[in-house]
Amino acid sequence: MAPSKKMTFSRRSFLKSSALASGGMIIGFNLFNACKPEAKLPVDLSALNYNDFNAFIKISEEGKVTIFSPNPEIGQGVKTSMPMIIAEELDVLWEDVYVVQAPLDTKNYTRQVAGGSQSIRFGWEPLRQTGATAKQMLVNAAAARWGVDASECSAKNGVITNAKGDKLGYGDVVLEAAGLEVPEDVTLKDPKDFTIIGQGKGNVDIDKIITGKPLYGLDYKEEGMLYATVLRPPAFGQILESFDDSEARALPGVVDVITIGEKVRAYNDSGKNSWTMPMSGTDKVVVIGKTTWDAMKGKKAIKAVWKTETALESSEIHDKVLLDLLEGNKFNTRRQDGNVKQAFANADKVLERVYESPFLPHNCMEPMNFFANVSPEKVRLVGPVQTPEAAAQVVADLLERDLEDVSIDMTRMGGGFGRRLYGDFVYEAAEISNAIQKPIKLVSSREDDMTMGVYRPSSKYKISASIKSGKITGYHLKEASINGNMYGLIPNFFPAGAIENYQVDTANYKSNITTGAWRAPYTNFLASAEQSFFDELAEELGVDRVQMHMDLLDNVKNNPDANIEYSPERLQGVLQLAIEKSNWGKTEVGVFQGLSVYYCHNTHVAEVADITMEDGVPSVKRVTCAVDCGIVVNPFGAMNQIKGGVLDGIGHAMYADFGFVDGVPKSNNFDSYQMIRMGQTPQVDVHFIESDIDPTGLGEPTLPPIGAAVANAIYAATGNRINKQPLINNLEPKEKVLG
Amino acid sequence: MPTFNLKVNNEKHTVEADADTPLLWVLRDKINLVGTKFGCGIGQCGACTVHVDGNATRSCLLKISQAEGANITTIEGLSEYGDHPVQQAWKEVDVPQCGYCQAGQIMTASAFLKTNPSPSQTEIRDAMHGNICRCAAYNSIEEAVKVASEKLS
Ligand code: FES
Ligand code: FES
Repeated sequence: MAPSKKMTFSRRSFLKSSALASGGMIIGFNLFNACKPEAKLPVDLSALNYNDFNAFIKISEEGKVTIFSPNPEIGQGVKTSMPMIIAEELDVLWEDVYVVQAPLDTKNYTRQVAGGSQSIRFGWEPLRQTGATAKQMLVNAAAARWGVDASECSAKNGVITNAKGDKLGYGDVVLEAAGLEVPEDVTLKDPKDFTIIGQGKGNVDIDKIITGKPLYGLDYKEEGMLYATVLRPPAFGQILESFDDSEARALPGVVDVITIGEKVRAYNDSGKNSWTMPMSGTDKVVVIGKTTWDAMKGKKAIKAVWKTETALESSEIHDKVLLDLLEGNKFNTRRQDGNVKQAFANADKVLERVYESPFLPHNCMEPMNFFANVSPEKVRLVGPVQTPEAAAQVVADLLERDLEDVSIDMTRMGGGFGRRLYGDFVYEAAEISNAIQKPIKLVSSREDDMTMGVYRPSSKYKISASIKSGKITGYHLKEASINGNMYGLIPNFFPAGAIENYQVDTANYKSNITTGAWRAPYTNFLASAEQSFFDELAEELGVDRVQMHMDLLDNVKNNPDANIEYSPERLQGVLQLAIEKSNWGKTEVGVFQGLSVYYCHNTHVAEVADITMEDGVPSVKRVTCAVDCGIVVNPFGAMNQIKGGVLDGIGHAMYADFGFVDGVPKSNNFDSYQMIRMGQTPQVDVHFIESDIDPTGLGEPTLPPIGAAVANAIYAATGNRINKQPLINNLEPKEKVLG
Repeated sequence: MPTFNLKVNNEKHTVEADADTPLLWVLRDKINLVGTKFGCGIGQCGACTVHVDGNATRSCLLKISQAEGANITTIEGLSEYGDHPVQQAWKEVDVPQCGYCQAGQIMTASAFLKTNPSPSQTEIRDAMHGNICRCAAYNSIEEAVKVASEKLS
């Protein structure tokens, strides 16, 4: 037998089993307590409360296994992959496993949040422990029945076998197993023996999706439910002055017109706050209709007068302010190694470039919506939100209710991308239902959705490198962004540790435009900037760009730095794999390549984009993507995430043009905002580094590097460096500046 | 409010609604067929695609008054057991990420393959260009259309 991993966990606080009245057994476990203490979260989750248990496994007397998947599903595949991990160690046939989305239950679940590509990373060890513990208890129960030692028994595919060859199914012994003590240590499988992990398993909701069954928040209905649309100020900086609802009220489908905002104001004034509450509590007009269309029509019939309260900001002004910030001295230093100033003073040459990115809306395919039913007895909430625990707490505070009165059921989400980390639409729905004491569904049009955003902040970077005797001696990254962007640990990403004199500074401009996390927060543009810069730097140094990266990473290997987040070996590994698989440097005539290598969200990625130029416009033909995410739990889901990340990244880097004119968003629907479509997508070839290291997430890390791979390929094709996104708007040549 | 007679998935429905109500909202809110999705409301994303007399049609742009007398098919009625070749292909390729756009993608693909059962790659890409997938599952959608066309021919 292959050597296996023996683990001892403090199990008392982490696992519990009991017999079910309906027959069978249930095992609950705590994900968060079992998470590694040094685990770092990408967003401030301190506001969330963690209680006892997390996921549950139910084993029936027929041997069927139900796994209650605790994490919200936003399309990242955890509803499939997390149960796969449990089923692997429990050793049951995947066909015998039934997966259900657990409702929000702060008493029974922890870290019920989807964000930062962390679900699998945090869940890996405890999910395995749980499966293995359940299996051990079943084996112990069978051994006791046979009167033999448990070590003489083995279990596979839901069947326990003893030395004589007698067999018992899991279902045969669940009742006895439930009464046993939870074992203190269990043996985990050797990854070589995995039969479920590493096998492609289809999306567990596939049949419902392809036949159009109700799954999403927008599909949810209850008897007597009304529909609510919200009229918000058209510009950031404006508030409601007055409105005339007589025309709206005259429509047959309009039930009521109310205003909301008071509850949020009171909440904010009380000194309470939650990072999931992005709004200030300005008055909004709400139209309640019998159907979605009635509510939408009613909203159009409202005549509102708005007044300006704070500045009406424009992107043009932002551009200027951010460039000024980059030239100024109002920086916070985030990391400082050596002496950058001196390195620059002693340099033979300094390369300095500015990179610019726009605001971005999330544009989840399913517009923001939520169901709320507030009554004197309880507050029932149903819908798509990435942070149900925080949302329940805020709603309780907002409506001055006990947390016990508030329940949230989660639906499948038509995309998240960070937008559904924020609960503004949940809070609006709760306030509306509270006001009329009826069940309502808050619905958004695409126009609402795109203009009520919590946008990716517009950011600019100024990157400088000093060159002395053909070597990079200093690297200085300055960030200027709207409302702040860079997160605490990002300064420790590559090239931190690889260059002796290294400094990262940030500055921000406080705007009244709401900004927040957007797929691969903080790095989604930073990677484009840095990897474009390195491409130019290699050229300036007259060295091969692949070799330059290998050498920089060798520097880290030779001078290990405890304060870096990435592994130089793993970054070199993906770089070499991408080079090999992409036929780097050996393309056909007319095809141009660009390279980008990056670490973020605990995963190492290298990408090569192959492009052609058609009538002066770049067209991406193929992307080779090499990924080191440790063990690949579900190759099907992993492929979807990786390819989706790459194509999403190309779409936004190439086409996404968003901004503001006098506080009003420039675009409000897909006719004025370009999303990537099939005709613009290349084939993405994915290659994994084979690994037995614990898995890391895939929802985000393939997105950030691709912008630079494409920009570098455009340079190879045209000789033009494009340092401003969207790339398609900035195809004209840029002057070279070398100080 | 006027009443309209609709034929959806071979069933007759009498619906009371304003004449300008888009078919999309009639299907979703009145007939309880929520498989047809709302994405943009202006004909740009394809999430709301249904078949009207066999043609892929944006139900967000079709008013109920224009839909009377037509044979309307939604994702729920594409096949009796969810086993239309396009649905099978979607399952085999494991296309969906969030899945929200997929009903529209499937309806576009199935209408297209009816007129062109063995399309070239370029024809597939052109035919599917009107359907946005925010999760960018485009590689898989493209492959699934190909797989479906092999099943059909
Ligand atoms: S909702 Fe009809 S095309 Fe987008
Ligand atoms: S699968 Fe999410 S929008 Fe297409």
